[in-house]
Amino acid sequence: MNSTFLDNSLFRNIYCYLAGGSDGCASRGYDTAILPAGFEWLAFAITAFIIINIVINAGLGAVIVYIWGERRILGRIQNRTGPNRWGPFGMFTSVADAIKTLFKEDIVPDEADRWLFNLAPILMVFPVLMVLAVIPFGVGTFVVDINVGILFVIAVTSVSGISVVLASWASGNRISIFAGMRSVAMLISYEIPMALSLIGVLMLAGSMSLGAIVEAQDLPFILVQPLGLFVFLIAAQAETSRTPFDLIEAESELAAGYLNDYSSMKFGIFFLAEFLATIVASMLIVTLFLGGWRGWDPIPSQVWFAGKTVLVLLFIMWMRFSWPRLRVDQILVLAWKGLFELTLINIFVTAILIAIWPDPGMTELLIMSVINWIVFFISVWLVSKLLRPSDYSAPTPQPNRPAYPVATDELPDEVAYTGGATR
Amino acid sequence: MLEDYFRQYGILVMFLLVAVGVPIGMLLMSWAAEFIRVRPKQTSIVKRTSYESGLRPFSPKPRLFNIRYYYYAILFVVFDVETVLLFPWAIKYGVLSKEFGLIAFFAVLVFLVVVTLGYLYAWRKGALEWTRSMEN
Repeated sequence: MNSTFLDNSLFRNIYCYLAGGSDGCASRGYDTAILPAGFEWLAFAITAFIIINIVINAGLGAVIVYIWGERRILGRIQNRTGPNRWGPFGMFTSVADAIKTLFKEDIVPDEADRWLFNLAPILMVFPVLMVLAVIPFGVGTFVVDINVGILFVIAVTSVSGISVVLASWASGNRISIFAGMRSVAMLISYEIPMALSLIGVLMLAGSMSLGAIVEAQDLPFILVQPLGLFVFLIAAQAETSRTPFDLIEAESELAAGYLNDYSSMKFGIFFLAEFLATIVASMLIVTLFLGGWRGWDPIPSQVWFAGKTVLVLLFIMWMRFSWPRLRVDQILVLAWKGLFELTLINIFVTAILIAIWPDPGMTELLIMSVINWIVFFISVWLVSKLLRPSDYSAPTPQPNRPAYPVATDELPDEVAYTGGATR
Repeated sequence: MLEDYFRQYGILVMFLLVAVGVPIGMLLMSWAAEFIRVRPKQTSIVKRTSYESGLRPFSPKPRLFNIRYYYYAILFVVFDVETVLLFPWAIKYGVLSKEFGLIAFFAVLVFLVVVTLGYLYAWRKGALEWTRSMEN
């Protein structure tokens, strides 16, 4: 067993309980062992399996709590009570919902492609769960800390875009197919600003490993990289298709979008994936921009991480509750003409600043953050000027022509021949 | 070192298996509930039609799609490759600029300027617009 794994407190306790006499454990005060010598690989596999199950189940449990919390807060913001019947403060409402979804009738429509129809929910939820594998939850509390962490996150989360297309296409529904096309346009458009906004973070941290990025944040990157955080926050919400950007499942336009024909547990899995993606996105924001598990000493690092995640989640909820849904052209213009430029500006400015101070200490980081905040305000103001719709000017009334259509005996020739379909 | 890699990616593969197993298990649980008569199974031909707001579906499935979606997919490929090429530079940028000075910045500046020119060209050509205004 390598020492880097024994630094991981999650791994060390279980592994050394199983194989205590092995090289690394004996020096750390573990002597009794359950498994005999020579079975270190089995101890490793069992340890990994236990930890993976703990992390995944914690994620699923967090979704249950999060759905309840969001419905309560949504109720408060909209001046109503929210769920309050089942359990104290309605706490068990989402548990009851989960059980109800389990026992609902499962309908597969005739037009659906049965295999792909069942495959889509699985493809939707597993990438979101996979991201949990690389997030450091605290000091020495992570499943695995690979050196290409961010690349892994970006690569894995892009699978869920495919699964939306798959779900909409496989259900064979006319309305769903429109949702699938929109998801192609929207999800892939926001993937680029999401990836490019992290380049500033990578330049400052000098590593892709999420653990190393947390270690590098002596000053949280929210101060040094305000543009990166701004773009990443918006792009992450679009990727998880939360309400300001939820035109994939826009109720008033597409019924339920790609979820139209799904029922029972398959619908439940999509629902789970969406809320889990929000939690995971806020965990990523905390890890990359808010200093991760770093905090002041008497409070353990895991509590710092959880507290910051709840704060970011509250902010994301607040955005969801306050803003109306954007139109499809507005969303795409925001991605391509707004966020993309902001990321380019961020890359240029950060590259110049690092070229001036290649090894920034605390003073240099503070100067950089002041410059970056000035650049942030100026560039966001400029881009908002650029994307603002042009002022509406009412057409000047023409005296000889009525503003409303009038029935005339003499239709123009082109209208008469083509039935009006001239344009 | 190599063993360390194998351990890390071994854990990731196990994570993948569990993460795929969780939704499959949930689906199987829901499917098994049918046999203990908890989950109803009363399909009818009306239930099995595609949902179309209460109407019987009468139009064929849309096979054509707007060319705009294709534009965005092409642009995505172009700029995603740019992202992939920028990532390794960004990681080593601090070290490189300490060692070689401004060369590390200008080397990528050329690349970024070319990409930005392509972006401006796409903008000028109207490839980034969802709706094209009538006068063009």
